[in-house]
Amino acid sequence: MSPTERSGAAEARGEPVPAAEPGAASISRSPSSGEVLADRLFRGTTLLVAWAVVGLVLYVVWDIARLAAPAIRDYGTAFVTGTTWDANRHEFGIRPAIVGTLYTSFLGLAIGTAFGLAIAVFLSEGFLASGLDALLKTLGLADRPGWASVPGWIEDALKNTVELLAAVPSVVYGLWGIFVLIPLVRPPANWLHDHLGWLPFFGTPLSGPGILPASLVLAIMVLPTISAVSRDALVEVPPKLREAAFGLGATRWEAILAVIVPTASTGILGAVILGFGRALGETMALAMLAGNANVMSWSMFSPANTLAALLANHFPEAGAVEVGALMYAALVLLGITLLVNIVGTAIVQRADAALKGLR
Amino acid sequence: MINGTIPAAADDLSDLSRSLRRPRSLFSWAMSVVTGAMTIAALVPLFSVLYLLITRGGKLLGLSVLSELPPAAMAPGGGFGNAIVGTTVMVGIAAAISVPVGILAAIFIAEFGSYSRTATAVRFCAKVLTGLPSILAGVFAYAAIVVLTGGFSAPAGGVALAVLMLPTVLLTAEEGIKRVPPKMREAAIGMGATPTQVVLRIVLPTALPGVLTGVMLAVARAAGETAPLLFTALFSDYWISRSTPEFLPHAFGDLMKPTASLAVLIYNFSGSPFDNQIDLAWAAALVLVAIVLLVNLAGQVLARHSGGH
Repeated sequence: MSPTERSGAAEARGEPVPAAEPGAASISRSPSSGEVLADRLFRGTTLLVAWAVVGLVLYVVWDIARLAAPAIRDYGTAFVTGTTWDANRHEFGIRPAIVGTLYTSFLGLAIGTAFGLAIAVFLSEGFLASGLDALLKTLGLADRPGWASVPGWIEDALKNTVELLAAVPSVVYGLWGIFVLIPLVRPPANWLHDHLGWLPFFGTPLSGPGILPASLVLAIMVLPTISAVSRDALVEVPPKLREAAFGLGATRWEAILAVIVPTASTGILGAVILGFGRALGETMALAMLAGNANVMSWSMFSPANTLAALLANHFPEAGAVEVGALMYAALVLLGITLLVNIVGTAIVQRADAALKGLR
Repeated sequence: MINGTIPAAADDLSDLSRSLRRPRSLFSWAMSVVTGAMTIAALVPLFSVLYLLITRGGKLLGLSVLSELPPAAMAPGGGFGNAIVGTTVMVGIAAAISVPVGILAAIFIAEFGSYSRTATAVRFCAKVLTGLPSILAGVFAYAAIVVLTGGFSAPAGGVALAVLMLPTVLLTAEEGIKRVPPKMREAAIGMGATPTQVVLRIVLPTALPGVLTGVMLAVARAAGETAPLLFTALFSDYWISRSTPEFLPHAFGDLMKPTASLAVLIYNFSGSPFDNQIDLAWAAALVLVAIVLLVNLAGQVLARHSGGH
């Protein structure tokens, strides 16, 4: 790891080292002209590459728009409001897919937010540490050397395990959803349909793939994002606010609900919006679990379609005309996700800036 | 409370009691239990997935599964050796593109132009790319490479994955570079080093564990991506190179054909009505998750080592 082992691009080979002050043994010297040139070149290269990253984003947008252009000309706005997708009759509409995307994303986000926020609070407010401390004390182990670090160690392990939820590829969640989740939620879902079928949300039976299993998997996938970003926001709340609340006699949960969560609320909102962006663009779990049916229904047991799942399901067998329509759908998806992500990023940044004034 | 004074009036002490019979304390206690239970409940899917992968995928796992070609519908045996090779090749191509680009851009936004407008724009774009749905990276590579070269290919898959890897590599490299203590830079500058020499010989070697963590996380994510590959590499039932590669151009020609990958194999076989293909999908999922978790774990270990300057 020593820096001397590595040869920099700008090493002046064979050039005599200019002598410093006579008599003063020094290893420092000013850079040679070759080194200065290499420095300029390298700095120029990094600037160029940095701009290339900006260029890439613009190129992605332009490239997708370019392929979508013929379809936009042919179908116009009727494409967004149309409800049928029939490749044989060259009739394309993505309203069911847009509705399905929003429905599954909101449902998945609601479940994921509830759990993600609970995890964020649980892992940031020292519940484990105090609980385990009390447990160790009653067991009489708290004073033994080595045991004192156990609560922190368990908290770290739990945090890393939650993050592992995000590491499992979505196609594996899809596979798990087909063979585990759908059989698991089917009996309770059909019981709800039989007994509360008059509610629009339970209006259809769950015959297999559908909105509910897809949303549950979405919730699992957005949960790590939401818990990580809101945990950061909660940790950033200045300790003096918490101490002031405790000093006024608040219980731990009164402090959390009345002081800490409201202070971190902008950051949490940003986390939810970033999670929403992820849910909107999630493809494989929805392609495998949502049912790929172009219907619009209030029922969460009905099969549906989403923009991303439409692309994944139809592209491999699509002809030239349908590919054009799919590119149009991709452009719509790009527009929606870009908007949501830019808003989410801006809110997270504003939350950081707002908290600076409190410190 | 450690050496606090005892309250003067004795009845003040009753305020300090925290009996669960008081609604406020009961509420606090109940909420703690509920959040704890929700945290545990959220981990159930992870363990359910791992359990099923090991029991259903593990029973098929063996040397032949890792080295043979995918079987026909009802044919016995077979494996997904070509998918492992395909995933490795495409992730390799993606890393070869995204790692240099990500690190060079990170050097600019962390070292040379940290407060410049370019840096702000690059950071913003990297965050936008983080939120880009993976399927749109596939659509982009389809438009940019597949339409241009006239066919689905491994390099097209590599480009799509590179777009997805780039923001992770860039943003973690920036964090790693920023954590290098300023005094190390100042010492090098004091010795007469140019900014380039400072970066290449002092900053980058010191920040290397942090930078590698980002690369690992990006590789782990890319290996599991399915949607972009549907648009770029598709799938193939054969090896990348059906004849022995004698020299590069020939092998390169073979690369320009549809290429198998573990993720797409799982997707294709998960909808199959045939038991042997579904079993193979589980085995492939086990291999894929094992690879992803191992790379992730390596990244986390590296991250722990990079923390202590």
